[in-house]
Amino acid sequence: MKIEVNHVSKRYADHLALNDISLNVPEQSIYGLLGPNGAGKTTLIRILNQITGPDTGQVLIDGIPLCPKHIERIGYLPEERGLYKKMKVGEQAVYLAQLKGVSKTEAEKRLRQWFERFQINEWWNKTVEELSKGMQQKIQFITTVVHEPDILIFDEPFSGFDPINANLLKESILELRNKGATILLSTHNMSSVEELCDSISLINKGEKILEGKVADIRRQHHTSTHEITVLADDTSRIMALTDDFNLKIEEDEIQGGLKITLVDDSPKELLMKIMEMGTLLSYQEVLPSMNDIFIQEVQSKNAKS
Amino acid sequence: MNKIGLIIKREYLTRVKKRSFIIMTFLGPLLMAAIYIIPILLALHGGDEKKTIAVVDQSHWYERQFTNTENETFIRLDDISIDSTKKLVQDGLFDIALYIPETQLNIPSSAVVYSMKQVPMNVESHIKDVMKNEIQVQKLLASGVDPDILEKIKTDVSLTVIRMDEEGGEKETFSEIQFIIGMILSILIYVFIMMFGGQVMQGVSEEKSSRIIEVIVSSVKPFQLMMGKIIGVSLVALTQFLMWILLTGAIYLGFSAALGISNPEAISAGTVMTQEINSNNIMDNESVQNILNIVKSIDFGAIILGFMIFFLLGYLLYATLFAAIGAIVEDNTDSQQFTLPVTVPLIISMLSAIYVVNNPDGPLALWLSMIPFTSPVVMMVRIPFGVPIWQVIVSALLLLATFVAMTWVAAKIYRTGILMYGKKLTYKEIFKWLKY
Repeated sequence: MKIEVNHVSKRYADHLALNDISLNVPEQSIYGLLGPNGAGKTTLIRILNQITGPDTGQVLIDGIPLCPKHIERIGYLPEERGLYKKMKVGEQAVYLAQLKGVSKTEAEKRLRQWFERFQINEWWNKTVEELSKGMQQKIQFITTVVHEPDILIFDEPFSGFDPINANLLKESILELRNKGATILLSTHNMSSVEELCDSISLINKGEKILEGKVADIRRQHHTSTHEITVLADDTSRIMALTDDFNLKIEEDEIQGGLKITLVDDSPKELLMKIMEMGTLLSYQEVLPSMNDIFIQEVQSKNAKS
Repeated sequence: MNKIGLIIKREYLTRVKKRSFIIMTFLGPLLMAAIYIIPILLALHGGDEKKTIAVVDQSHWYERQFTNTENETFIRLDDISIDSTKKLVQDGLFDIALYIPETQLNIPSSAVVYSMKQVPMNVESHIKDVMKNEIQVQKLLASGVDPDILEKIKTDVSLTVIRMDEEGGEKETFSEIQFIIGMILSILIYVFIMMFGGQVMQGVSEEKSSRIIEVIVSSVKPFQLMMGKIIGVSLVALTQFLMWILLTGAIYLGFSAALGISNPEAISAGTVMTQEINSNNIMDNESVQNILNIVKSIDFGAIILGFMIFFLLGYLLYATLFAAIGAIVEDNTDSQQFTLPVTVPLIISMLSAIYVVNNPDGPLALWLSMIPFTSPVVMMVRIPFGVPIWQVIVSALLLLATFVAMTWVAAKIYRTGILMYGKKLTYKEIFKWLKY
């Protein structure tokens, strides 16, 4: 399902949480919702979940304005999550699935499959308070997806997971996308954004400052930086290149040889020269990380205002 | 609607399955039964311990006045010294010794009782009564009253209070019984509202602090969650109440069967029966008739129905407020400033119940049983005495209307409060939420 957010604004008593935000989340994709703390991400997510309503603007799901019948089509994993501590795990998961409109027998069947997959079958009759935090996170994830929603909203899904479980979670998220779900991912973990997201938008102080495909954004923010590794017998000639080019040379400890970082629109001239002087081990254009882009964009925006 | 059913079911089942609920359900009737049964048992077995009492009357005024009763045997030993009197008790020959000192002219109005153990109240008052009576007789005789007249004026008074209604019907009333029932009912309704209203508040703040609230409200409307919880808990309360009635009844039946009293109407008149048995082991015809009259005069159906209606409505009113408070507070330490305004009217109605029970048809009783926040408790005090049906209906409707209005207010506070964290709230701020 496609999500369109059209000119949504939301004001709380003392501040403007969302200021004329418009987003386009394509169907069957993972969409990163990024922004510093207090940017308005949670407000936007709550609007999508119909926990609160926008003051102006509207949200369209496949062209239809958001309405209560959409609730059962959405799965939501909030950042601040929790379960009934004294309730049994299985019973609780069935209850939460029923609240999303799944019949009791169907919920039990699907949950058994998920429990099998996460290898947590023996937890079914335990109370939540007996489980560790990481275990509770797994349960919470399952309860988010068990009603097979078309739209999934994950707010910081990786917090509290160890690397192995975080990986299991990543695989599950990708698989859900491949099966057709549209996934909204809000996170501060930029490496997972690069790994998972097809496109993103960056929100700052209630306004959208950046939107697009992750690959496109990184390309647009390229800094003309190139990295070349070379193996040469006579390093002095290469060192001398610093006179003609804007570059930095250091020892490459992993591959051996020299690592040259060039800032220039075209590396062609330098590459030709280097190939005469020694053996080229690697060459790549260095694109900025989402982390760098995030910091740069937010800081320049804040500096202006 | 289906979802609200799911919420009600969960709220109900998780509470009913709790150990504390099960214990309370069985302990309540046992405690209530114990209040009645223990005195009966004492009266039947422990209380009738026989006492032999030595009467040392050196004044010789009390010649034949101390007559033996079932539990008290009086033995005259008139001319021994006070020291030997004490010794009689110390040696265990007598349980109690009464020493009446010698006087010159008048009948002595003071005496000393010696005993190794606590002297039973009834023995003490028996001795007092005998002496007081004799002194009165002697004084009357001394002032020239004919002994025949003295004999004639001994009368037993039996007072029958008839309450008339507008249709001209007449009914015997038994104020003491109504007094007791009224007080018990008002205490019960107060405790129930506090206890189950508190459970609603606790449930809401638990959902808030465990952060499950955000998941739930992404599936159901906050209003559905709030009402589901309130209704679920009310069903728990009703279950407990009905179980208490059933179990209490069962205990009485079992106990009465064991005692060989097979009159079911006498059984339901719990308190009355106890008093009768206490004072008299063999129930004569008159007292059986008395019990039947008392039972007939108390409309248990009306009381139970009244309790259900006023408990439910009162609970609903307070539970919505408690739900709103649960949504506002983040931890229990700052709940105090918000719970106080809600509990104050309840406490006021409980305190005024003590006055109302003494004058159940007075203006204070009428007004407090109409004002929605005090009416559940105060109306329950009045119902055993009989309340005009129009007053009950008006009061119930006012309560219902206030509940609906308060639900609207509470839902607004609840909706905003449950998702509000880490902010010190003031009343001013909460009033603003009502405008959202």
